[in-house]
Amino acid sequence: MAILTQEEAKKIIDKVLSYSKADEMKVELTGGRSGNIRFARNSVSTAGTSNNLSLSVTVVLGKKIGTSDINEFDDASLEKAVRRAEEMARLAPENPEYVPMPGPQTYAKTNAFVETTANMKAPDRAKLAGASIKSVMASQLSGAGFLEDSANFNAIGNSKGLFGYHKNTAVNFSLTIRTPDGTGSGYSAGDVNDVSKLNTASLTDVAIQKAKASQKPAALEPGKYTVILEPLAAGELVQFMVRAMEARTADEGRSFLSKKGGGTRLGEKLLDERVTIYSDPMDAQIPSSPFSSEGYPQEKVMWFDKGVVKNLSYSAYWAKQKGVKPLPEPSGFVMMGGTQSLAELIKGTEKGILVTRFWYTRWLDPQTLLYTGLTRDGTFFIDNGQIKHPVKNFRFNESPVIMLNNLEALGTPVRTRGNLVPPMRIRDFTFSSLSDAV
Amino acid sequence: MKRREFVKLSGLGMSASLLPTGLMAGRQISVEDLMNPGMDVAGKKRLADIALNAAKSKGATYADVRIARYLRQYLFTREKKVQNLVNSESYGIGIRVIANGTWGFAATNEMTPESIARCAEEAVDMAKANAEIQLEPVVLAPQKGVGEQTWKTPIQKNAFEIPVKEKIDLLMDVNGAALKNGASFVTSNIFFVNEQKYFASTDGSYIDQDIHRMWPTFTVSAISKQTGRFKSRDALSAPIGMGYEYLSDNPAEKIVIPNGPTVYRYAYNMIEDATAAALQAKEKLTAKSVPAGKYDMILDPSNLGLTIHESVGHPLELDRVLGYEANLAGTSFATLEKLQSKSFQYGSKIVNLRADKVQPNTMGRVGYDDEGVPGKQWDLVKNGILVNFQATRDQVHYLGENESQGCSFAESWDSVQFQRMPNVSLQPGPDKYSIHNMIKDTEKGIYILGRGSSSIDQQRYNFQFSGQLFYEIKDGAIVGMLDDVAYQSNTQEFWNSCARICDKDDYRLFGTFFDGKGQPGQASAVSHGCPTTRFNGVNVINTGRKI
Repeated sequence: MAILTQEEAKKIIDKVLSYSKADEMKVELTGGRSGNIRFARNSVSTAGTSNNLSLSVTVVLGKKIGTSDINEFDDASLEKAVRRAEEMARLAPENPEYVPMPGPQTYAKTNAFVETTANMKAPDRAKLAGASIKSVMASQLSGAGFLEDSANFNAIGNSKGLFGYHKNTAVNFSLTIRTPDGTGSGYSAGDVNDVSKLNTASLTDVAIQKAKASQKPAALEPGKYTVILEPLAAGELVQFMVRAMEARTADEGRSFLSKKGGGTRLGEKLLDERVTIYSDPMDAQIPSSPFSSEGYPQEKVMWFDKGVVKNLSYSAYWAKQKGVKPLPEPSGFVMMGGTQSLAELIKGTEKGILVTRFWYTRWLDPQTLLYTGLTRDGTFFIDNGQIKHPVKNFRFNESPVIMLNNLEALGTPVRTRGNLVPPMRIRDFTFSSLSDAV
Repeated sequence: MKRREFVKLSGLGMSASLLPTGLMAGRQISVEDLMNPGMDVAGKKRLADIALNAAKSKGATYADVRIARYLRQYLFTREKKVQNLVNSESYGIGIRVIANGTWGFAATNEMTPESIARCAEEAVDMAKANAEIQLEPVVLAPQKGVGEQTWKTPIQKNAFEIPVKEKIDLLMDVNGAALKNGASFVTSNIFFVNEQKYFASTDGSYIDQDIHRMWPTFTVSAISKQTGRFKSRDALSAPIGMGYEYLSDNPAEKIVIPNGPTVYRYAYNMIEDATAAALQAKEKLTAKSVPAGKYDMILDPSNLGLTIHESVGHPLELDRVLGYEANLAGTSFATLEKLQSKSFQYGSKIVNLRADKVQPNTMGRVGYDDEGVPGKQWDLVKNGILVNFQATRDQVHYLGENESQGCSFAESWDSVQFQRMPNVSLQPGPDKYSIHNMIKDTEKGIYILGRGSSSIDQQRYNFQFSGQLFYEIKDGAIVGMLDDVAYQSNTQEFWNSCARICDKDDYRLFGTFFDGKGQPGQASAVSHGCPTTRFNGVNVINTGRKI
């Protein structure tokens, strides 16, 4: 088992740190296992497993940095890794952006590791996949899916006394179900830390239902529509925006957060006042690591508060340039919502399009965060509060910034791809062309 | 380095957000270690036989082994700084077996006889466990064993032998040229990869291959503080299956467009291109925003290559056609029925698209694929008609064939091989016809160069592509630069609007270094050749917005 305990990890890290008198030194110890199974055409296709335990030593001499990785843990090998990192630091060019390592930090405890998930084996995966396939076959449809589980730990220590340890488990399941005539396709996906909370049966039912309901879609003219974006669709666009909140590019004038004439849009109201987005590694639904790879604490950070830009992320170097505290990018985010369910949002829609998910979303312009992509696996026309019929997929050209200004309503957030995102109703969402794809 | 940090350093930006995670796999090593030859062939054969024998004795009816070592050197710089230099090695063994008609796969980097035998047994156990939910037992096309073979990418200069200082000096000169010519920011990177792959199978093949590829690239940005606008221009280089000789200046390998840019064939002058990029990024700041509408599009290979990749390469992957990729990448509009009809008009009559694993200087070129099939070439679209797909040994029987085309590839020793795209290239027009002739013959058009934003649906009908440089053509001449351009079309409609293809003298390569596919995601590198080509009456949209 490649999951070391905090004590075991600290012992190894302390030993490695004792081997060098370099100006600064950092040791990262990571390990874990993962396993997966794929199926298509209602049958298993490929599967695999992997285990990993490795140690990375970074040595700093002045502003020169050397890193050496190793996966052997006897004393001689560990010391050799340190000598090698020292040698590489001596040969490295100076890094003008080097910032001294942080000293001891206090990190919150997060609860991201679940033993049941950590113990998953090949037959467990085959069983989950097999049950899903059985339901799909009973509905006389064709299913393709993927299940992947992992258990990992990472520990970090440096010569200034910093030490952090975190472990987590994760399971992802996704499923695409198609009708035999090729005119319908449904999708669902779930991600959890605890496999006992993964309801593959209900996810399979959702995808079956969407596949059947999406058969023989009608073509609507492209144009501006009111849309209801399910969390999977909405989360994708919102995530692109959250990932682009770096202070440096904004200060340099090449971000959607750059201000005309110089400076950033920090403090400006950029989105609808109902938009509040924060990150919190301690969130019970999406727990994540309480420290960044550099060892800075990940804490609760407000990014947008009632539509106002509240924080930008700062690397250690840029923080030093600007005289502020380093603020790492979040690994997941929470977008606050309302109390309505997806069904209630649909009910309250006079005319609109329900979007299950987006596909092949790519940026067009980093200045406006304009993205293009397509709807996929369940796109429906809503009339007078009811889903009337499936519609052909659309290509969209839209910016999350524009979209979150055209907000009509938010539902209850749900976990999707490591984030908590509400379903949302948006007006004037731009569909630029039709696609025949199913 | 974590994937997100890599994406940031590489300057690949948001377009790389879907990159597979294996790109940076491996341990960091010293520059000198990149020249270490690794295990000799006799040693690899000994380990391979241990794996094959262990698999057979546990009940495998077929087994193959890849002992693979991946050496990578990646350099990252911005302006006057070296941001990172990564030298890495990833080394291990992957064992794939068929037992009870089902695939099993296991991998380890513990290279002892005991560990390898155990790994082979684990693969057989997995195959047997998964056979319980198997409906379609594997049918493997025969491949005669080829005995002991070696193959090497024919390079002139091994990039790992070039001192790091020389490479950093080059990138500093590139950045210096861009800054001197008005760039506000510049990032430049070079990626070098050497795959040392030893393949052995129960068919009796023992194949040792040494494969090289590289990608020099940069992004230059210009900012107008006054207007708050910023524009960038990426390198017009191609990732390529060549050695360091690609980074040289050779006038015979250049094409200079009147009132337009300079483009490169098999020798790339990175400093010259960075100089041009700075001037062009500034020009983009005040370029005319394109009026949406129908235009004749003249597409340079640096742009059309990606369109070929997405609208021909991917839809003609047999595993997609059959439904094996339905849960991620999707399926394909190009069905088996369309192939069997022998009359599906994929493109106009002048469109000939050819797949290959043998074309010189390409990244898809190998002696043998990852299941021991020798490199081949074959037609996909002949005189506009769909005539074939791309397949592996376990899927080619769906085409009624019993010989694989050799499209099997795995990103790493620890990932299972599956169908990956070979080089797919548009054949040059038969008559003498240059880009100069093509511009002269165009009344109302847009000339596009470089790789830009791309998006295509899950069955490869509807696509939208942008680019790096857009020139307006009026009455046979380039009249100025355009901005906010993207073209939208449908694959079949687009290829049927193909009106003219330049001749072989204009034929150049495009490449993609990190093409993603599969679950878990794997990256592969592939090239696409074509000459400059004109497509008539294509729909252009304006992508300008205000926030």
